[in-house]
Amino acid sequence: MYVKQISVFIENTPGRLAHFTKLLGDNNIDLVSLSVADTTHFGILRGIVADYEKAVKLISENGYTVKLTDVLAVSVPDHPGGLAEVLETLSGHDIVVEYLYSFVRNAGDHALIIFRVDKLDEAEKVLTEAGVRLLSQDEVRGL
Amino acid sequence: MEQVYWNPTMETMPREQLRALQNERLRDVVRRVYEHVPFYRNKMQQLGITPNDIHGVEELHLLPFTEKQDLRNNYPFGLFAVPQSEIVRIHASSGTTGKPSVAGYTSGDVDRWAELMARAMYCANVGKSDIVQVAYGYGLFTGGLGAHYGAERVGASVIPMSGGNTVRQLMLMEDFGSTALCCTPSYALNLADAMEREGITLDRIRLKSGIFGAEPWTEDMRRRIEEKMGIDALNVYGLSEVMGPGVAMECMAKNGMHIWEDHFLPEVIGPDGKSLPYGEQGDLTFTTLTKHGMPLIRYRTHDLCTLTDEPCPCGRTHVRMGRVMGRTDDMLIIRGVNVFPSQIEHALLQVPGIEPHYHIVVDRVGTLDTIEVQVELSPSVMSDTVRDLETLERKIVNSLASHALIHASVKLCQPGTLPRSEGKAVRVTDRRHLQ
Ligand SMILES: [Zn+2]
Repeated sequence: MYVKQISVFIENTPGRLAHFTKLLGDNNIDLVSLSVADTTHFGILRGIVADYEKAVKLISENGYTVKLTDVLAVSVPDHPGGLAEVLETLSGHDIVVEYLYSFVRNAGDHALIIFRVDKLDEAEKVLTEAGVRLLSQDEVRGL
Repeated sequence: MEQVYWNPTMETMPREQLRALQNERLRDVVRRVYEHVPFYRNKMQQLGITPNDIHGVEELHLLPFTEKQDLRNNYPFGLFAVPQSEIVRIHASSGTTGKPSVAGYTSGDVDRWAELMARAMYCANVGKSDIVQVAYGYGLFTGGLGAHYGAERVGASVIPMSGGNTVRQLMLMEDFGSTALCCTPSYALNLADAMEREGITLDRIRLKSGIFGAEPWTEDMRRRIEEKMGIDALNVYGLSEVMGPGVAMECMAKNGMHIWEDHFLPEVIGPDGKSLPYGEQGDLTFTTLTKHGMPLIRYRTHDLCTLTDEPCPCGRTHVRMGRVMGRTDDMLIIRGVNVFPSQIEHALLQVPGIEPHYHIVVDRVGTLDTIEVQVELSPSVMSDTVRDLETLERKIVNSLASHALIHASVKLCQPGTLPRSEGKAVRVTDRRHLQ
């Protein structure tokens, strides 16, 4: 059960990020989850949107390079040690987490966290077996 | 198409006969400029020659060169050889600094230009039943109108799109069923990329030929365009001072462009100012034989290339010019090493997934020249991790070091952000001159 993440190349020049987020805003595309990784030259904006097909079309038509990546949207119990348990489950199976970031909003007593891992199928399997809930694309659309 | 050549008599004329025609036309043009253009009369008088000294191509080396600066000095109409009332069209080049260089055409010139572009259309198997989409800019720039008149001359249906508006170009290409495309190679590649982006597959378009020119490009780029668009991509050459597109055109042999020698007398000039034999690389130089509005004698294009008179499989007898390897005035000297943008392009294309959309910035930090190569990031190599993109940057740096022998820094850029002018990619910014 994967969800689609958009990754957008943003040059590190003043105003680019603002320009991009305005583009989404003007077209009523809400980033329900977002992280920016940057170097001195460029940044990669990663995020989850309700309607990724619409977002990709809009973004590429406006001259940005965009890529879709499958990631896991994990519902983590919102108490001390909740995230550690999930990470231990993954590392116990030699699954490397490339990066993770949380959703803007919580779902009740659970935090929603995006995991980008190297072995996607295996990660899904071990987390499900450990009783961790993963969100589907449809659930993300409803957020 | 039944007919292979637009003008079989001229295009396949035996070389001795062609030479006799050139001799006759050279005598005529020398007389015309001597009588009507003070600039040429003065130059010839300074050299102590008159039209009577020029019997034919043998004496070409006696005649003075014409430099772009001479065009500027005689701006705007000083080199016209007919009264202004005889001029029916004026074009001008896109000078990046100061005044443009101007060219004037009589109605006969416009007619001959259409004839030469018609030959070019036939070289690309484009004829009466074709639909030609002209995506060169229309205006002062010669590309648009040049291709337009040639396509009309062969009886094709012409779509005068002009440049830009990529989405609309693709819509009409699909809806109208364009079979030929005329534009700059960098714009053709933009269109090909946009096709991929829009999900337009090759079965939805009818394009078969591309006539691309107005900027230098490489064999790698030809292969890419041909694969992405499913066409034969052919090289056309011209410059507004000499005429516009159609001075030379590649045939389906794709092995050099035939220079229409019944109208232009080409030479390749070495660093010492002497005409070089076929096969040697130098500065391409033209004498216009039939232009009446603004004839030019031994005009130095500063495009570096070679000429060959070896027989071509297509049967045309006119000499072929190789690809323009760079411009003698565009050549970058970086830390004492000669670098041409085409070498950098070649190096970039060795990295899988990299498109030849690039811009070179040369600067000087202290006494040291620095070079930054900015490369547009295509969707096929985009990644969600910083590590992957940094690896890509390193691959490009290594390829530049091994294929172009330069140590450059590399900057990835968003598509479409690198500078373009009239659809032509602007390849180099040299900040050293600004300091
Ligand atoms: Zn040929």
